[in-house]
Amino acid sequence: MAILINETTRIIVQGFTGKIGSFHAQDMLNYGSQVVGGVTPGKGGQTHLGLPVFNTVKEAVQQVGAEASIVFVPPAFAADSIMEAADAGIKYCVAITDGIPTQDMMTVKNFLRRFPKEQRMVLTGPNCAGTISPGRSMLGIMPGHIYQQGNVGIVGRSGTLGYEAADQLKRLGIGISTSVGIGGDPINGSSHRDILEMFEADPETKVVVMIGEIGGPQEVEAGLWARDNMTKPVVAYIAGLTAPEGRRMGHAGAIISSAGESAAEKVAMLRELGVIISPTPAAMGATVAEVLAKL
Amino acid sequence: MDIHEYQAKEILSGYGIKTAEGGLAYSPEDAVQRAREIGGHVWAVKAQIHSGARGKAGGIKICKTHDEVEAAAEALLGKRLVTHQTGPAGKVCARLYIEAGTDIAKELYFCFLVDRSSERIVMVGSAQGGMDIEELAVTNPEAITKIYIEPAVGLQDYQAREMAFALGLDAEIISHAVKTIKGCYRALRDLDASMLEINPLVITRNNELLALDAKMGFDENALFRQLKISELRDKTQEDPRETAAADRGLSYVGLDGDIGCMINGAGLAMATMDMIKLAGGEPANFLDVGGGASAERTEKAFRLVLADKNVKAMLVNIFAGINRCDWIAEGVVQAVRKIDMKVPLIVRLSGTNVEEGQRIIKESGLPIITAETLAEAAEKAVQARNEVVARTTAA
Repeated sequence: MAILINETTRIIVQGFTGKIGSFHAQDMLNYGSQVVGGVTPGKGGQTHLGLPVFNTVKEAVQQVGAEASIVFVPPAFAADSIMEAADAGIKYCVAITDGIPTQDMMTVKNFLRRFPKEQRMVLTGPNCAGTISPGRSMLGIMPGHIYQQGNVGIVGRSGTLGYEAADQLKRLGIGISTSVGIGGDPINGSSHRDILEMFEADPETKVVVMIGEIGGPQEVEAGLWARDNMTKPVVAYIAGLTAPEGRRMGHAGAIISSAGESAAEKVAMLRELGVIISPTPAAMGATVAEVLAKL
Repeated sequence: MDIHEYQAKEILSGYGIKTAEGGLAYSPEDAVQRAREIGGHVWAVKAQIHSGARGKAGGIKICKTHDEVEAAAEALLGKRLVTHQTGPAGKVCARLYIEAGTDIAKELYFCFLVDRSSERIVMVGSAQGGMDIEELAVTNPEAITKIYIEPAVGLQDYQAREMAFALGLDAEIISHAVKTIKGCYRALRDLDASMLEINPLVITRNNELLALDAKMGFDENALFRQLKISELRDKTQEDPRETAAADRGLSYVGLDGDIGCMINGAGLAMATMDMIKLAGGEPANFLDVGGGASAERTEKAFRLVLADKNVKAMLVNIFAGINRCDWIAEGVVQAVRKIDMKVPLIVRLSGTNVEEGQRIIKESGLPIITAETLAEAAEKAVQARNEVVARTTAA
C-alpha cells in the first residue's frame, strides 16, 4: 500500500533534460522508480536517458500514461509547470523547485481548487526533497538507501531533518511506509494535515512522525485534526527552539511572525491535543520505538 | 526584504494614496532646508530605520522651529535606535524623513498581508489605530476587521467599502477611502509585496484620509522580477554578517551564543541548534550551507562562522544525501588547514559514504573531535566550549 506512490506509479520529469533534472531522473531510475519519460518544451521527440521527451505534459499523459510528475523547472516558470501538470490529468506532483514567489503559489492553489476533489491533482512541495515509499518508488532527491521499508509514515518540511529521522529509525531496525516532504515555503501544495489524512487511511502505516518547524499554523491544525479523527498515534518534533522572533531561518516559511508560531508554543499546543512529543531531535527514533512497542 | 518609510510612501503616492508633504535629509542642514521647502509651522523629523515602533524608541521628533528641526536631526543621525523589532543591537539611523505636521482627528490601523492559513491575501483594519495590532488582537479582538480576498478576482469595491465603514469613516470620504484601499492592494499585487502596513492611517481635521506611516515588506523569492524594488535594498539596515553570507549564497542568521554552527539544510540546522541548547549551550548562529557543500563553499562558511569573535567552539553537522561524506570531510580538512582554527572543532557526518568520511578526518592528523550521533555531537560541542571558557578564566 503506502501512500501517494508505489512500484507501479508511472512518473515523468518536468525539466527533464536540464542538469539537475537529468541527475535525479537517473537516480530515481537506479532506485527502481517507474520513470517513463519527461517534458522539456521544444525538445519533444528526442530521447533522453533512453526515455521519450515530450513538449507538453498532455502528450506524456496520452502517450506513456504518466500519473505522477516531479518538477525541477526554475522558480520563474515552476508555477506554470505545476498548473500544466494539473490540467493534463497528472494525479500527483512533487515540486522540488526552491524560490517560487508566494503570489505564484496562491495562483497555483486557487487553480487546483477549481477541479472537483476527485479529479484534483495532489501537490507536495515546493522547496522539498520529495516523496519515497521505500523499496517501491522514489519521487524525489533523497538518498534512497537510508530508508528501510516498514510501517512508519513520515511527514516533514525539511529534507535533511527528514533524513535524520529515517536514519534514526533504520538504526533501530524500524522501517517506513512512505516519507513525504511538504517543503519549507509559506504556501505549499499539501499541509501536514492533508498528509496525516492519507496516512490514517493507509492500512500499512501504524504510526506517523510529523516533523514541523517554527512559523505558520499547519502543525497545530494537523494536531487538531488528529485529535478528532485519527486512530493512529502521531509523534511530533518541532524544530527551532532557539530561533528568535521575526527572523527567517533558511526556509522562506520558517519565521515566527505571530502568536502561536514559536516551537515552544507549538509543542505545548500539540501535547495538549494528544500528540506524542519527541523532546529532542535526537530522540525521534527512540520515541517512535516506544510507541510501536505499546501497539 | 524591508524598505524605508519614505520609499514605501513614494511607491504608494504613485498608487493614489495621500501622504503628507515630505523630503529626505542626510544632514541637519538638509533637514532644515527640507523644512523650509515644506513650509508651515510644525514638522516631524523621522528616523529612517527598518523597524516599527520608532516613536517609542525616540526615533520621531515633532518640531516647531527650524532650530528644533536642526537639533532633532543632529540627535538622530548616526544614532543607534533599539526597538522590540530590532533586537538589542538596534539599527543605525543614516537618513531622516522630514514631513509636514499633520492635524490629526483620528488614528486608524490598516494593512494587507499574506495569510498562510487561508492561502489568501487578507486585509486587516481597526478604528483603534496607532497602537500595536498584536496587542489589540489579544486585548480586544472584536475591534479588528479581517476581510479575505479571492485571488482570482482580486479585491472588490464592496470589500473596500466594508472595510471603510468598519473603520468608522464618514460617508463623504468613503469613495476616497475605497480608492486608497484599492491602491494599496494594487501596489501589493503589482510589486510582490508580502506585507503593507499603514499605522496609523489618519483622518485629518480637514476630513482627509492620509497615510502617516507606511511599511512594506517584499517576497524575496519574487525579487528576480521586481528589479526596481530590489534596488531599494539598504544593506546598512542588515546584520553585516548576514549580508556577507547572502552575497556568498549562504543562509546565515547571527545569534547571541558562542557555539558556531555549519549544517546542511534549514530544518537540520534548527534541530542541531535545539540540541546544543538542550545540552546546555547556546548557538552563535544559524548557517545552512545547502546541498552541494563543496570544499570552496565549506571554507567560506568556516570563515563566516569564525568571523564572529564570540565563537568558542564550532560544530559541523552534515547529512550527506546527494553529496558524499568523503567529499565533505576533504572540504573540512582543507578548510581547517587553510584557516588556522583557534577554537575546537566538532564534526558529525552521516549518510552516504560515512565510514570513508570519518577515516579522512581521523587520518588528517588534525585535532578534530568526531561524533556519531546528533546528541553526541551537541554534547561534545558544549563540553569543548566549557573547557575553553574554563581555560580562559583560569588564565
